[in-house]
Amino acid sequence: MAALTQHGLARVLGQRLLQALVVSLLVATLCFVLVQQLPGDMAFRIAAGRYGYDYVDAAAAEAVRQELGLARPAWQQFAGWLQQLGQGQLGQSLVTGGAVLDEVRHHLGATLQLAAASVVLALGLGLPLGLASGLRPGGWADRLTLLWSVVLRTLPPFLLGLMLMLGLSVQLGWVPAAGHGDSGNLLLPALTLGLGLSGLTARIVRDSVLAVVQSDYYRFALTKGLSPWRAFWRHGLRNIGVTVVAYAGVQLILLIEGVVVVESLFAWPGVGHALVHAVFWRDVPMIQGCTLLLAWLFVLLNTLTDLLCLAIDPRGPAEP
Amino acid sequence: MTDLAFLPWHRRLAWLLLALVLLLAIVGPWLWPDPARQDLMQFLASPSLAEPLGRDQLGRSVMARVASATRLSLGLAALCVLSAALLGSLLGVLSAWRGGLTDTLLRGVADGVLALPGLLIVLIFSAMAKGGFLTLYLGLALAQWVEYFRMTRARSRLVLASPHVEASRLLGFGPLYIVRRHLWPELSPMLLTMASFGMATAILALSTLGYVGVGLQPPAAELGLMMTEALPHYSEAPRLVLAPVAVLALTLAALVLLRPLEVTR
Repeated sequence: MAALTQHGLARVLGQRLLQALVVSLLVATLCFVLVQQLPGDMAFRIAAGRYGYDYVDAAAAEAVRQELGLARPAWQQFAGWLQQLGQGQLGQSLVTGGAVLDEVRHHLGATLQLAAASVVLALGLGLPLGLASGLRPGGWADRLTLLWSVVLRTLPPFLLGLMLMLGLSVQLGWVPAAGHGDSGNLLLPALTLGLGLSGLTARIVRDSVLAVVQSDYYRFALTKGLSPWRAFWRHGLRNIGVTVVAYAGVQLILLIEGVVVVESLFAWPGVGHALVHAVFWRDVPMIQGCTLLLAWLFVLLNTLTDLLCLAIDPRGPAEP
Repeated sequence: MTDLAFLPWHRRLAWLLLALVLLLAIVGPWLWPDPARQDLMQFLASPSLAEPLGRDQLGRSVMARVASATRLSLGLAALCVLSAALLGSLLGVLSAWRGGLTDTLLRGVADGVLALPGLLIVLIFSAMAKGGFLTLYLGLALAQWVEYFRMTRARSRLVLASPHVEASRLLGFGPLYIVRRHLWPELSPMLLTMASFGMATAILALSTLGYVGVGLQPPAAELGLMMTEALPHYSEAPRLVLAPVAVLALTLAALVLLRPLEVTR
């Protein structure tokens, strides 16, 4: 692998860091609006959380209002909200009472496990199928992957998951339908996400393989007498790699959204599952924590994709 | 529609499916009027001539519920796509036209929104008023406008820098003329393609939220919600789950097949 140029490295990191900042600001703003939007008196609810509903009266609520500055104008409260976030305080869950940071950290492992398993599955299926379709356009593998990718686009993650659940566990009884802890539990969620991603992966690989194989430099490599294997190794692999990695980055959004859906569907205790629960109970600090974490994960994965692209092709992406 | 015969097979299939789904959405609620009327004596009644899909666990007509849910999904999705496309393309043209600070600011916001997967935005919005139609609409539209912004901006920049536009400007034509005669013809095919994709995304997001229980709330007939509600009765009446699944899959298939099949690069 060629060394990363410092200039390119700095540019990628700077851009992505800025993006992470903007996205954090966006999530914080949305969550602040969410808090202001909630029905009922916030001071009263916080007081009730501290002293219990039976011991709260207007005086206690007023004391809380003064203490936390809830009577201040909205923009001052917003500044305070951002400052808290800037200091890394995500607050406490309104439901469990635990610190959001701990709760989220607890869920992150399960999410990463699921995401890694499904990416491995998607690549394991998508790479060979895509390679076969790209080397023989119009052949059986090509038609199969085209059909497969269209079918998968009409079967969103939760429908695919539902089908798999009804088929494999309700009808056949091979694997447990939902849950966490047993080794069989990972199979259904990972299969749902992995199959969902494999269709598009195969098509992307196919397109980039085809583009390289039909290019002038590749034909010349064959004409000058390199064996097909050597030509592929020396001239094909790296050029295919750039496109595949770049487009895989675009598809990461499907992975993050899929994680949220699939986790809730199979009761997999990850960040997405926690987020949906938090939305259900309107647990705002938890919503903010989970959303921020997923957004940062997305930006981080994108950064890694960018760096990988840069490592494979040091010229960097063509400027638009 | 006259050149239907010249379209490739998948386009024809897509139009046919879309027509069927639209028929269900428009005529269905008129033939099977009330999706909420219960008749507990007819608990899980089997399909009959009057009720082709039978009745559900509360004795409600499944046909009426599916039809009303389809109308709701299509209506909400169309509304979202229209708003998102309008907002996104207006800002995109503005950004390309003005350049400078406007462009930088708008791009910054767009980059931020883009780093937030759409489903997360919709989830935050759905927490604001659980089951609220308006907040779901706002969330879906806000999650989608960035795509239109980015594409419109990129294409408009090229068009605005072209010799044609320069000539028009030198001849003294105003901004309105340039938008109508130069930008719109270039942008409209792209916007239409994106709209069919956006419809599918919106319908999917709506039913996903309904399925995981944070979208529209129970009395409403909504495709995802219907599946969750019918799941406990799967062994007695699988059709309760399969009907909304089939409608959703066919709608998405129609919208996906409407576009050129190849992954665009």
